[in-house]
Amino acid sequence: MLHLVLFLIFGAICVAGAVNLLVQRHPINSALSLVAVMASLAVEYLLLGAEFVAAVQVIVYAGAIMVLFVFVIMLLNAGEEARTGGSRVAILFGIPGMLAGSLLVAWVLITHSGTQEVSAGALPGPPREIANLLFHDFLLPFEVTSVLVLIAIMGAVVLAARPESIEQQKREG
Amino acid sequence: MNLTTFIIVSVIKTVIALFVLLTAVAYSVWLERKVVGHIQNRWGPTRVGPFGLLQPLADGAKFLFKEDLIPPHVYKPLYIAAPMLAVMFALTSISVIPIGNVVTIGNIKTPLQITDVNIGLLIVLGITSLGVYGVALAGWSSNSKYSLLGGLRASAQMVSYEISLGLSLVGVLILAGSFSLRAIVDAQAGTFWGFIPRWNIFQGQIIAFFIYLTAAYAETNRVPFDLPEAETELVAGYHTEYSAMKFAMFFMAEYANMITVACLASLLFLGGWHGPLFGPPLLQAILPVFWFGLRVFMFLFIYIWVRGTLPRFRYDQLMAFGWKFLLPMAIANLVITALIVAIRS
Amino acid sequence: MSLAFQASQALPRGTDYLRILPELVLSIFGMIIMVLDPVVDQRRNQKALGTLALIGSLAAIASTLWQARAPGLAFWNMVQVDTFSVFFHFLITTITAVVILTSYEYMEVQQIRVGEYYALILFGAVGMCLMSSAVELVLIFIALEISSISTYILAGFRRRAAISSEASIKYFLLGSFATAFFLYGVALMFGATGSTSIPTIEQHLRSGSIPVLAYVAIALMFVGLGFKVAAAPFHVWTPDVYEGAPAPIVGFMSTAPKAAVFAVLLRIMFQIHAPGRLGLIWVAAALSMTLGNIGALVQQNVKRLLAYSSIAHAGYLLVAFAALPQNGIPSAMFYTASYAAMNIGAFAVVSHFGGAGERYVTLEDYSGLGRRSPVLAAALTLFLLSLIGIPITAGFFAKFYVFSAALQANLVGLVIIGVINSAVAAYYYLRVIVVVYMHDPRDESVLPAVPLELGAALAITALTTIYLGLLPGRVLDYASRSAGDLLH
Repeated sequence: MLHLVLFLIFGAICVAGAVNLLVQRHPINSALSLVAVMASLAVEYLLLGAEFVAAVQVIVYAGAIMVLFVFVIMLLNAGEEARTGGSRVAILFGIPGMLAGSLLVAWVLITHSGTQEVSAGALPGPPREIANLLFHDFLLPFEVTSVLVLIAIMGAVVLAARPESIEQQKREG
Repeated sequence: MNLTTFIIVSVIKTVIALFVLLTAVAYSVWLERKVVGHIQNRWGPTRVGPFGLLQPLADGAKFLFKEDLIPPHVYKPLYIAAPMLAVMFALTSISVIPIGNVVTIGNIKTPLQITDVNIGLLIVLGITSLGVYGVALAGWSSNSKYSLLGGLRASAQMVSYEISLGLSLVGVLILAGSFSLRAIVDAQAGTFWGFIPRWNIFQGQIIAFFIYLTAAYAETNRVPFDLPEAETELVAGYHTEYSAMKFAMFFMAEYANMITVACLASLLFLGGWHGPLFGPPLLQAILPVFWFGLRVFMFLFIYIWVRGTLPRFRYDQLMAFGWKFLLPMAIANLVITALIVAIRS
Repeated sequence: MSLAFQASQALPRGTDYLRILPELVLSIFGMIIMVLDPVVDQRRNQKALGTLALIGSLAAIASTLWQARAPGLAFWNMVQVDTFSVFFHFLITTITAVVILTSYEYMEVQQIRVGEYYALILFGAVGMCLMSSAVELVLIFIALEISSISTYILAGFRRRAAISSEASIKYFLLGSFATAFFLYGVALMFGATGSTSIPTIEQHLRSGSIPVLAYVAIALMFVGLGFKVAAAPFHVWTPDVYEGAPAPIVGFMSTAPKAAVFAVLLRIMFQIHAPGRLGLIWVAAALSMTLGNIGALVQQNVKRLLAYSSIAHAGYLLVAFAALPQNGIPSAMFYTASYAAMNIGAFAVVSHFGGAGERYVTLEDYSGLGRRSPVLAAALTLFLLSLIGIPITAGFFAKFYVFSAALQANLVGLVIIGVINSAVAAYYYLRVIVVVYMHDPRDESVLPAVPLELGAALAITALTTIYLGLLPGRVLDYASRSAGDLLH
């Protein structure tokens, strides 16, 4: 019972944070809303019995990635965004579409739960089990992720570097 | 233990822990002023109470009654929230830190820590990693160049050194095989050959210990890594625009973080509360807490000693040191420890 | 929870590595290129690194053929090597090799630094190859990300053209959105069946009643994958991205990632008997064919025209997914291969003709190409005729098999839409051919000669197009056997 109440509270915070992220005009407020989303997600994981994942979620997302977001916003001294009117198409189709989609998923989950779903406790939660999954059963995806990270870094370097032609390089020697 | 006793015991423990922590914070300020004073051939505080012992109380009163000034150019919501965040995260992390064995009072058996979770270390790391928000947001929301520079430096520095800090602890985790702080301390019980305690620094983690200590100094923005508040260049860094109680909150957060770091160092590397036990049962119950307190005190003293001795790094030196020296060392230590454990098993 | 740790072997064995050998070879060559980039002399490094990448992709082709002799599962049921995966590995690595051949001249003319370019192509190919052999949704997701991110970056490689950065950003934003849909689908599928492994999901869905959640999961995954193959209604990014990206890369990303995603779609749709497949596919296929062809009718820019044509072709291909498995899978595979041959060929011509800064890309620029460069014009004509689906070209049999597979599944409506669309499509492809041969050249200047590497690429694609158009039997047989493997 207590779990359910806490779950609902943090779920509400999570959704509210996500909405606030979109509504806020100042990037730093948006970034902080995202921190709130990450943190409340961590609590949700904790309530599902995945304490290790919860801690990692806080350390990695809230503690490292979002700090870099805030850092960049501070460094660029980004100001408030200018509002555009918003696209007509987005308002006419996007919002109703999104609502319909989420209602559909919610309806399916509510009406058809309890039949074949996976119960939370059956999944691996303790660090040891997660390690066994990560470094044994899912070893290949884990290792392949390094390629993913590598090309992401390369992409950042390529797109951030100043465009210089071969001619320039020749001139410079 | 039923729910009511659980709640009562938890509340009592929380209150005691907070009281002890805040007192410790106040008196480590006093200790710092005293020790630095003596290092610099001064007396430090002497006027309020014997040896200036009541100085922290006087300071606290002063902070409370000062005018709470909010400069007009700040971004108010975050300006107000930042010191609260800083102090909140600093005080929360103490909740999983054990200070002694499990004790039995009457028929209630409870560990000497607010809550014993099996991923305690990760929780401490997680909360510490959130601590940077207080500093970063203070710097940004003050809307002043000195604060902003301080905040930027703080966030870059803390993110950089967090990696070495975390990696230096992995060796300990491999040896103990658990994230629980209690289990890590228990794994350090006993001695080698009857006289060398099985503390982790004697189990080959001595390099990790120094990496941890260095990175922890940077994490808490202390000398020689106190660039976020370098007074010679940034006035007071991220808290330039803060006064009265809000300033005191940053102050409290900094010292509470120091204490957390000292506690962790004692638990992870120096065997926690293990030490010789003797005397009547009551003394035997209290001694572990005393041994633990002694270690924490030692670390706090070293903190202050370092502050009184070392000059400040330059910013590029700080970054180069963190990424090019500390991080490779931490990785090497991790690899070697893992190899040793793998060969031994 | 009892862990598989004790049950199976603790460390990967040699055969495990053999079964990801093409991926390993591609990654190693990618890393060698990255390391050599700063070391090799700048003036010569263009060709040297390109050659290295070419060797890498050829080695990957060789290792694919070698790997084909030892089919089976590897890495604890993560990847499966069978005729199906070998077919797509061979296709993707060949596409990579041909695209590298077409890039040689282009990169020199556009004066782009190549170090990361070739490495990214190879790494992207790693992701695409893994997608075709993975039988685990988590691995598929990671592989999909690898292939997507590398193409996002490659799309922005014309650093001095704002249009290229625009393409990259647009592709990245919409692509990440689509990937999120796919991931959500995977999560729901896990919720519905308790597993992310495709064989387990298949068993689960076959054994009992199908949970409603699985329908939603399939739909969401289809949204994500539909975006990647530019199927309507998720196609809006295609024209802008194809217009902005470097021409050889357009050839690459309109074929290789698409082939990989189609492989994933085949697994999801047929191997796990995706519930609700027919309706989804029907709508997407009909929309893609119609919107793609109508859009292409009014285009003046050849790259945009080919972009719309690729939307339409995704539609034709999707028709095969609505058919019965034993006909649908081979015809889809055959279509993927023939489309790859003709489309890369077409973009090879576009990339050569575009010149520095891709100046000549409108339809008017192509006027009189038949007189200025008969070889290029002939090649372009061949590819365009194949895209229409004229007999003795690959496109004919591709369409023929797809439509006959659909007819056998009684999808008369879809086939009628497809045939009408093919007729409409003939108009705009023929318009290009008319401009090339009937109009007077606006610019009489001599075109640069076709260099050897580009000539080789054109020859390979043209010969493949004709070969598949004359003797489709062997490839189709192989595809049918793969279909058998996929369905057990």
